[in-house]
Parts: sequence; C-alpha cells; structure tokens
Amino acid sequence: MNHMIRVKGLSKSFGKQRVLKDIELTVAEGQIYGLIGPSGSGKTTLVKMIVGIDSPDSGTVTVMDKRVPDLGLLQDIGYMAQSDALYPELTGKENLAFFASLFNLKGSRLKERIDYVAKIVDLETSLNKKVAAYSGGMKRRLSLAIALVHDPKLLILDEPTVGIDPELRQSVWQELLELMAQGKTIILTTHVMDEAAKCEMIALVRDGGILASGSPEELKAKFGASDLEGVFLAAGRGAE
Amino acid sequence: MRISALVKRIMLQMFRDKRTLALLFLAPLLVLTLMYLIFDSNEEEMTLGVVGGNEMLIETLETQGIQVADFESADSGTVLKKSLDGLLEIEADGAMLTLENDDPAKAKALLAQISQILALHGQGSAEQNTSSPALETDYIYGNEDTEFFDVIGPILVGFFVFFFVFLISGIGLLKERVSGTLERVLATPVKRWEIVAAYLAGFGIFAVIQTTIVVFFAIWILDMVMEGEIWHVIVINLMLALVALSLGILLSTFAGSEFQMVQFIPLVIVPQIFFSGLFPLDGMADWLQNLGRIMPLYYGADALKAVMYRGEGLIDVWEDLLVLGLFALLFIVLNILALKRYRKL
Ligand SMILES: Nc1ncnc2c1ncn2[C@@H]1O[C@H](COP(=O)(O)OP(=O)(O)OP(=O)(O)O)[C@@H](O)[C@H]1O
Ligand SMILES: [Mg+2]
Repeated sequence: MNHMIRVKGLSKSFGKQRVLKDIELTVAEGQIYGLIGPSGSGKTTLVKMIVGIDSPDSGTVTVMDKRVPDLGLLQDIGYMAQSDALYPELTGKENLAFFASLFNLKGSRLKERIDYVAKIVDLETSLNKKVAAYSGGMKRRLSLAIALVHDPKLLILDEPTVGIDPELRQSVWQELLELMAQGKTIILTTHVMDEAAKCEMIALVRDGGILASGSPEELKAKFGASDLEGVFLAAGRGAE
Repeated sequence: MRISALVKRIMLQMFRDKRTLALLFLAPLLVLTLMYLIFDSNEEEMTLGVVGGNEMLIETLETQGIQVADFESADSGTVLKKSLDGLLEIEADGAMLTLENDDPAKAKALLAQISQILALHGQGSAEQNTSSPALETDYIYGNEDTEFFDVIGPILVGFFVFFFVFLISGIGLLKERVSGTLERVLATPVKRWEIVAAYLAGFGIFAVIQTTIVVFFAIWILDMVMEGEIWHVIVINLMLALVALSLGILLSTFAGSEFQMVQFIPLVIVPQIFFSGLFPLDGMADWLQNLGRIMPLYYGADALKAVMYRGEGLIDVWEDLLVLGLFALLFIVLNILALKRYRKL
C-alpha cells in the first residue's frame, strides 16, 4: 500500500506553549483517517501543517512523495478549515467560482463542477443567495463544497459536519465513502464518535502527541472499551 | 489567470460594499470642500479704512462693494483696533495700502480690487500721463505671497488620496486575515506574489478612479491653483496611491482587527501631515525637519506643490517620483515576505 501522507517528528510551539510534540503519522492511499481528541489538543494545527499553510518548528511532512509545502501539491488537496472562510458579500456560486478559478478550473468544466458539488451538499437552490444570508449549516456545507470543487485526490477536512443536521450529515458521509471508493484519501477531524467509527483508521491526539492509533476495533481492544466513546474517556483517564 | 480571479473577486466585493465605495469617492471631496470653505472666504464683505481719499474715490470703492471708513489719520494699529481688512492712505506721490492679511485670500482679493480702482481713478484724473499713482503695499501678517489654500491645496489633494487608499486597502486585506479567507486562499496553488499583485491591481483600479475624481474636483469645482499639467498631477497622485496601497496592506499584517488598523492613523498618517509642508517647519531643529524625509507624503506633497503651485513638470520632480517608487517597491517586497508567515512558499 502506498503512503499518501507521512509525518515525521513534527513539533510546533506557539510562544512557550508546545502544541505539537514529535508527531509521527502515516496515512495510506485510499483511507479515511480520523483524528479525534479533546479540544485544544492540536488537531487543527496538525492538519494545517499537512496542508502546508503553517510551518513546523522541526520535522517533516511528505504528501504523495513531495515535501510540504509544495505549490503543485496544493492542486491535489481539498482543504476545509474549521472556521468557515467565505466571502459574505458574494453569493455561494461566486465563492465557489472564485476558489475554483484559483485551481485553474474554467469554462464548462467549472460550471459542471459547481453544479455537481452544490448537489452533494444540497445547496443548489441557495447558490445565488449572498453568503451573509446563509445559516451556519449552509456555510459549513458551502465550505465543504469548495474543498471538493477541484476534484482533489486528498481531502483534508477539519470538523466537516459540525452544525449540519443528521439527515444531511448522513448524505455527506455517503458522499465521503463514495469518494473513498473512487480512490480518494480523506483525513478528517471530528468530535463525533459515530463518525470516527466510520473511519478505517483513527489517531487519538492528546496534548500535542498521538496517544494511540489504529482501526476502531484495535483501539477498542487496546483500551478495553465497548465503543469509541469509551476509548476516548479511557485514554483521558490514562493520560492523567 | 489566478490574478484575474482575485482581482475580479476584490472588485465584486467592493461594488457590493456601497458604504466603503462612498467613503472612498465622496469623503475626500466633502473634506476638501470643507477645507476650501474654511480657508477661502472671498465672498465676505470687506472693510477698508481710507485716509486722504477724495469723494470720487470713496464712491468708486463703495460701488465695488467695499465698506469704507474715512479717517483723518490712521496707522496699522487702527486696522487692528477697528478690525478693518485694510487701510488705504492716499498721498501726493502715490498710495499706501496696509493689508491685515489674516486671511490671505481675502487680502489678495482686496489688493486686486484696489489696484484696479486706483488705476481707473488715476486715468480719470487727468494730467498724470504715466498712468496710476504708485501703490505701495504693506502686510500686517504674512506677505504678498501667502495664499493659504493655494499652498495647502495641492498637499491636501495628495493627503486625501493617500489617506483613503491606505485605509481601505489595509482594511480590505485585514478582513481577509481575520475571517480566515487569506489562509484559505493560501491553501490553493496561488503564489504569494500573485496575491500581492492582485491586491495592488484590484484596489489600484479604485485608487485610479478616486485620484482622478479628487484631482478634477479640486481643479474644476474648487478652482484650486493649477499652474502645471493636470495629468502630471494625476501621475504624482497615482504614485502616492501606490505607496499608500502597499503600505496599507503591509500594516494590516500587524493589526488584529479593524480597530487596530484605525490605530495606525495617529501613528502613521498624522505625523506625515505635519511634515508634508502643511505647517511651516523652518523654526524646527534640523534633525526634526529631516524626519520628513522618511515619509512618503513629504515627497508627494513636494511634487504636487511644484506642479500645481509653481507650474513645474514631471521632469522637475523626478527625484520625488523616484523616492515614491522606491517606497512602493520596498513595501511590496515586504508584503510578499510577510505572507511567509502563512506559507513558506
Ligand atoms: N495561532 C495560535 N497562536 C497561539 N496559540 C495557538 C494558535 N493556534 C492554536 N493555538 C493553541 O494550540 C493548541 C492547539 O490548538 P488546535 O486548534 O490545534 O486544537 P484542536 O485540537 O483543533 O481543538 P478543537 O477541537 O477545539 O478544534 C491550543 O491550545 C491553542 O490555544
Ligand atoms: Mg480544531
């Protein structure tokens, strides 16, 4: 199996606070990889470094055998930030078109992709509305659509389903599994253990380090818990 | 391609934001007009003290709309005491006009009117074939060269272009930083220089429109002195706008919110007003006077004054333009480097 992402000895501090400590992580191609862990444990910081929009103090990130940061690589990465980064003055369609053109999509392909991703996140009818008039969940869905618009090989999603209702959440997950079936690699962070259970591999992030990683079954066995919620709590007790 | 997408988006955002557009285009005109009204009060009635004038002269003065106060004898003290705008003393061999000159525009208008009247009067009263009696002038404040709005007008034009472009471009990029869209844009294959270039182009288009409006408004509507060529004035202002644009974007790096961006105004903008020539610096220590040389507005104001007030051309102010160009270049390079904070590449 090919390695999609390989993180080696990654460390990062903000001022005196060490946010990431010597992180080692490998993600295989075609996997859905989940990062779980308490708030403030460093998940967002880690995924930003994988994208290449924040630089580590030490350590390396390699994606598709290229050392991050790499401009060419970004063409193959779809990133969804934890906080929606959208232009409220523009409509949903204009936001999509703007980011799509940064990925050099144009003409009929651009239109096609916009229609396709809008359908996935169920925003077809609101595309011509200004984002300022969107609800929280709609903004979240638009952010996801933007991450998908250029059909990237690797998706990096920071809490993609926060604020999305259960019905839509299910259809989003269906789409993620569908993308995985097409051979895409997905790395996502989540606080929802049901979602984590759908991942092939999970890493437990705690205090800037990876406490444990493995398939949901392996983790349950390791911590002697009946579900992932139990794993999360057991890991928390163990750390104290 | 990416640049044009960025530029298109910046323009779209601006067009949707009517308030900011109005601030950019109308605020400079409004403030400039106010300054003009404050410093240029031609319309007021003028009062002139006259010593030794005959009835015919006084009558002519009054038909010209000047209030005349006849005195047996008077001096400059009388002018101040009776708050006259001037004092005209007619003597055998000529006339002496003492102008209060508290308001240079007013003094100049009065002088023009009186020399005209004296010229007519002199011709009318026969034998002196060599035209009118010599008119000597004396100023209580300032001198004959002062016409305040003439001097500060060009500086004001440059200042407003600088200030509003600085503020709006700075806040524009700041909004992107705060909302996270800048980071999001950097997660696409766009190059750092492309972002800076797009910002310069996107806001630059608005700066060009604003500059043109302000310059034409100042010259045509406010009748500001314009000895040189209009397009020279526009070129200088565009250079100033470019510096303001790149400086605004750069300083937004160091601001965490719109309010913090506004805090740069007293730090970065106000000192430039002091050193741009709006206030006389002659009395200051040399090192203080030289402080102006690190400020872009100093060079812009110098060039604008040269062209608008003294009628020089772009060739005469090439040094100012060069310095402005270097300022812009420096800020642009720093901008590209500052984006490294997000992405090393
Ligand atoms: N720009 C920054 N400056 C200073 N500290 C930061 C910065 N970004 C993150 N941190 C700190 O780094 C730590 C990890 O933050 P991070 O956002 O990675 O957590 P997280 O695991 O994503 O949390 P959450 O689940 O709440 O999103 C936190 O303690 C946070 O305060
Ligand atoms: Mg996070």
